[in-house]
Amino acid sequence: MRRYSKTLVFFLSLWPIYVISYQIISNQLGPEPVDRIINHFGEWTLIFILLTLSMTPLKKITKSVEWIKFRRMLGLFTFFYASIHMLSYVGLDYRFDFEPLINDVLKKKFIFIGFSAWLLLIPLAVTSSEKMVILLKKNWKKIHRLIYIIGIFGVLHYIWLSKTIFFKPLIFLIILLILLLFRIKITRSASKI
Amino acid sequence: MIKFKNSEITPENIYKKRRSFIKSIGLGASSIAMSAIPHVNKSLASERDKLTSYKDITTYNNYYEFGTSKSDPYRNSQIFKTTPWDIDIEGEVEKPIKLSMEEISEMFISEERIYRLRCVEGWSMVIPWMGFSLSKLLSKVNPTSKAKFVEFESVYDPAQMKGQKYPVLNWPYNEGLRIDEAMHPLTTVVTGLYGKKLPNQNGAPLRIFIPWKYGFKSAKAIVKIKFVENMPTSSWMWASPREYGFYSNVNPNVNHPRWSQATERIIGEGVWAPRVKTLMFNGYGDQVASLYSGMDLKKNF
Repeated sequence: MRRYSKTLVFFLSLWPIYVISYQIISNQLGPEPVDRIINHFGEWTLIFILLTLSMTPLKKITKSVEWIKFRRMLGLFTFFYASIHMLSYVGLDYRFDFEPLINDVLKKKFIFIGFSAWLLLIPLAVTSSEKMVILLKKNWKKIHRLIYIIGIFGVLHYIWLSKTIFFKPLIFLIILLILLLFRIKITRSASKI
Repeated sequence: MIKFKNSEITPENIYKKRRSFIKSIGLGASSIAMSAIPHVNKSLASERDKLTSYKDITTYNNYYEFGTSKSDPYRNSQIFKTTPWDIDIEGEVEKPIKLSMEEISEMFISEERIYRLRCVEGWSMVIPWMGFSLSKLLSKVNPTSKAKFVEFESVYDPAQMKGQKYPVLNWPYNEGLRIDEAMHPLTTVVTGLYGKKLPNQNGAPLRIFIPWKYGFKSAKAIVKIKFVENMPTSSWMWASPREYGFYSNVNPNVNHPRWSQATERIIGEGVWAPRVKTLMFNGYGDQVASLYSGMDLKKNF
């Protein structure tokens, strides 16, 4: 069973693709289909950031290293969904019309921070392979701490684009804060030793 | 409450056919408030002014009293009770009055008024409302010399409106207009749409609609209309004064921190339809621009 767990997680991680494909085929995207597609992938990007950030705490809680082997895959799925999210905004909504897009990035703080989060994901995706871990040694860990900033940027992006923080943005914020607090606790107890 | 038999309600497709028939025999402009939608460019106007489907108008709503998601109002408003319903007209008036919905529907005849609704979120619909000019209702009272603004208060009933159980906005929902805006013939008291009674999720039993302003200015389920001396603070101004001004006229030149106001997406047009350019005053500039002559609309957004 354990041998197949990674394959299982891989196919489960494709869930957002199954859902949106079904909605497109059965014409269930609703009155604002473009908005629906963008939001769908945006929300799933955030969920995958939180899932990625959950693996280390789960390892500590369950005292099982099993979780860590999913971390890279979940991180890459985060990048995958973030890229679809951004591409659907750039391509589907703005038709690659770069003038209003550049204007958006510069003038709207939620787009600025969202775009920054996506840019920050690139080095993480590029350095995700086993080879890179060996090559970069200690620096690898430092680079990959960027995920904390990406998480904060991502949730801020969601809060700023929403009319009110109630309720979904607030829920994402709370979960992110809990996951980040774990890190502080872990490093504190680690430094004591 | 008047109950309609199913057969009495005109199906949407017949409703639309009837309209195009009236149009084709050339009675449109005089018999129906067709001229309400400005025709900037004939070929472009036809696409843009196509009526949004009844389904989209009644299932895609911003009505936070019933929940913050667009599908919530339809889902959560079906058992909302709109009878009995009274509306107070008070404040800086010689003699305040209270009118029941029955009295209002006896006093004023609702006519079809087709207007474009432009939401601040960057989408638009074209809705065949049923209603009459607010000025007719307001003429039932005599405002004092102090009256400068008109304030609208929506119903507060957290037992029926579950969204009001949370501090999403400062309930009850509050909006306001300058008196001359309120008296403008385009400012409409809405009692129905598509020839039917106004659905709960669209603001039953009575709401206002101001075609040249962003949708949130058009308060739903109104219980109180108050003449006041000072500019009222609307619920959205209270929530975020930087984002929502008192005037909130549709204006492609004033940026909102979140949504593009230069362009809009037409509801019901599908995935591949491009955005269209937003028109100043939502296209009603000919009728309303004079209300704001000499004002800096970038400052008074």
